[in-house]
Amino acid sequence: MELTATWYLVLGALLFSIGAVGLLIRRNPLVMFMCVELMLNAVNLTFVGIAWGLNDIGGQVAVFFVMVVAAAEVVIGLAIVVAIMRRRQGATADDLSVLRG
Amino acid sequence: MLAQVQTPEVDVEILLPLIIMAVGGLLILTFTSLTKKIPAWFITGWATIAALASAAAVIPLWNRLSDEGPASTIANTVGFDGFSLFLTVVIAFGVAMASLLAHTWLDREALPGPEMHVLIMLSGAGGIIMAFANDLIVFFLGLETLSMAVYVLAAMHRRRIESQEAGMKYFVLGSFSSAFLLYGIALIYGAFGTTNLVEIRLILEQTILLDDGLLLGGLALMIVGLAFKVGAVPFHAWTPDVYQGAPTPVVAWMASGVKAAGFAGLLRILSTTFGPLVDDWGLPLEVIAALTMLLGAFSAIVQTDVKRMLAYSSISHAGFILLGVIAATDRGTSASLFYVATYTFLVVGTFAVLSVVAGQGDSDFSFGAFAGLGRRRPLLAVAMLVFLLAQAGVPFTTGFFAKFSVIAAAVDAERYWVAIVAMVAAVIGAYLYMRIIISMYLSDDDEDHALGPVPHWTVGAVIAVAAVVTIAFGIVPGPIDALATDALAILAPGS
Repeated sequence: MELTATWYLVLGALLFSIGAVGLLIRRNPLVMFMCVELMLNAVNLTFVGIAWGLNDIGGQVAVFFVMVVAAAEVVIGLAIVVAIMRRRQGATADDLSVLRG
Repeated sequence: MLAQVQTPEVDVEILLPLIIMAVGGLLILTFTSLTKKIPAWFITGWATIAALASAAAVIPLWNRLSDEGPASTIANTVGFDGFSLFLTVVIAFGVAMASLLAHTWLDREALPGPEMHVLIMLSGAGGIIMAFANDLIVFFLGLETLSMAVYVLAAMHRRRIESQEAGMKYFVLGSFSSAFLLYGIALIYGAFGTTNLVEIRLILEQTILLDDGLLLGGLALMIVGLAFKVGAVPFHAWTPDVYQGAPTPVVAWMASGVKAAGFAGLLRILSTTFGPLVDDWGLPLEVIAALTMLLGAFSAIVQTDVKRMLAYSSISHAGFILLGVIAATDRGTSASLFYVATYTFLVVGTFAVLSVVAGQGDSDFSFGAFAGLGRRRPLLAVAMLVFLLAQAGVPFTTGFFAKFSVIAAAVDAERYWVAIVAMVAAVIGAYLYMRIIISMYLSDDDEDHALGPVPHWTVGAVIAVAAVVTIAFGIVPGPIDALATDALAILAPGS
């Protein structure tokens, strides 16, 4: 069976869905960050798969930008978690419920 | 032998507003980390002047635009047209006003340091990138620059758990929506083989795509991502919580600059680039806009917290601005731009008043805090009255002409039912603004809610400027309207 770009697109879509569902159902902030990373890396796989299929360099360049963005995003997320943990030990997403209307 | 790498030509003059904003922010961050002795007024002054200088740098560019016409630079990734210049000015004014509000707020909450000003300026720089972006990847980078700064800003109050909760919620949902947007960009790249809007538009004009599954999937995902950013229903759930918990100057910036930048994306990507495909994305977006306007207005009515109520009202306003996007015509784009520009002043003014009334700790946003404000603080109450009437769309304020022009643009594009929904939503919305006005003028004073100290003059200046703009351009909307009419996104290839 020949490996075509479609396979990579399907795998990317699956990983993206796993990340999206995980973000919605998990309650641990760190696991939620991991799910965001999974989503972004699924997009990276899609970019590379398409770039490979089209024989175009643009998509591979985009991946580098996305990797930088993903790294910066985690740094900020962890900083916010640390700021919350200083005040509350072992907070999960369910504990963050001061704001509601 | 290394191959010669072709680097694209960079037209620095076009990038000047962006450079002033970004470098201004980084310089003040460097100064303050080298010496601790820089006073707060200097930091605020620096941020405000840098933001205004960034707006002033647009003036020669606007003249150049009318002489030479639109162009693109840096390998067509940065678009130089009236659209980007107009939104740059809007965002720069948003930064300046938010910085002035932040000054008093930081002083009152005893949170010294330049971080809030720097982050507002850097997120402003991200917003300017979004306004200029002619390439989806560049747009994404601008969006992330803007968003990441705002995630931190929302969680800025170290001593209030509400603020940190707001930051956390905004961060999780914001990065979730960014991932959707990015996946959409990847699929669009798959459909066209490029992420450049100029090239995409050329391909759309010259060819008929037979297999457009990737294209439609990509468009849908991008709409989800952008709708999250502007807070449109059903992707609005974060807005009330984040607005309620985040520091009030940051909320003013989120409702003005961040929203303006989000609409920059919607207008340039959907209305302009994918304008020929309006039959595909028009109906879903119509439904989103109608739900946004109605749900925003209805949910606002039942709130007991004024800040939360105004959060829902800002959701409703996003629905109105979407009308201009749906029209996908030049008229629609200018109407949306006019709305965004005038709403920026309106909403910053509203949250400035809120920040004064809420007092120490940014905590008291109940109706009781507003009770009898007309007697206790007549000037403040008059300013709030102006902003609320303008948000309701009363004639002789900018809000009226803004609402009128987006609805007219929708009707012009034969989007009748959504235009009717907009008129109904405007009436429902008027009721909720009346509630605050009644509480300000007709309720007895509530002794439980002590008035805070008289605010620093910077807040007064912001409120005064916002009120004057709202009234003056409400009576004579011509100048802003003329600029917005010229401010069209034109995907011009080459420089």
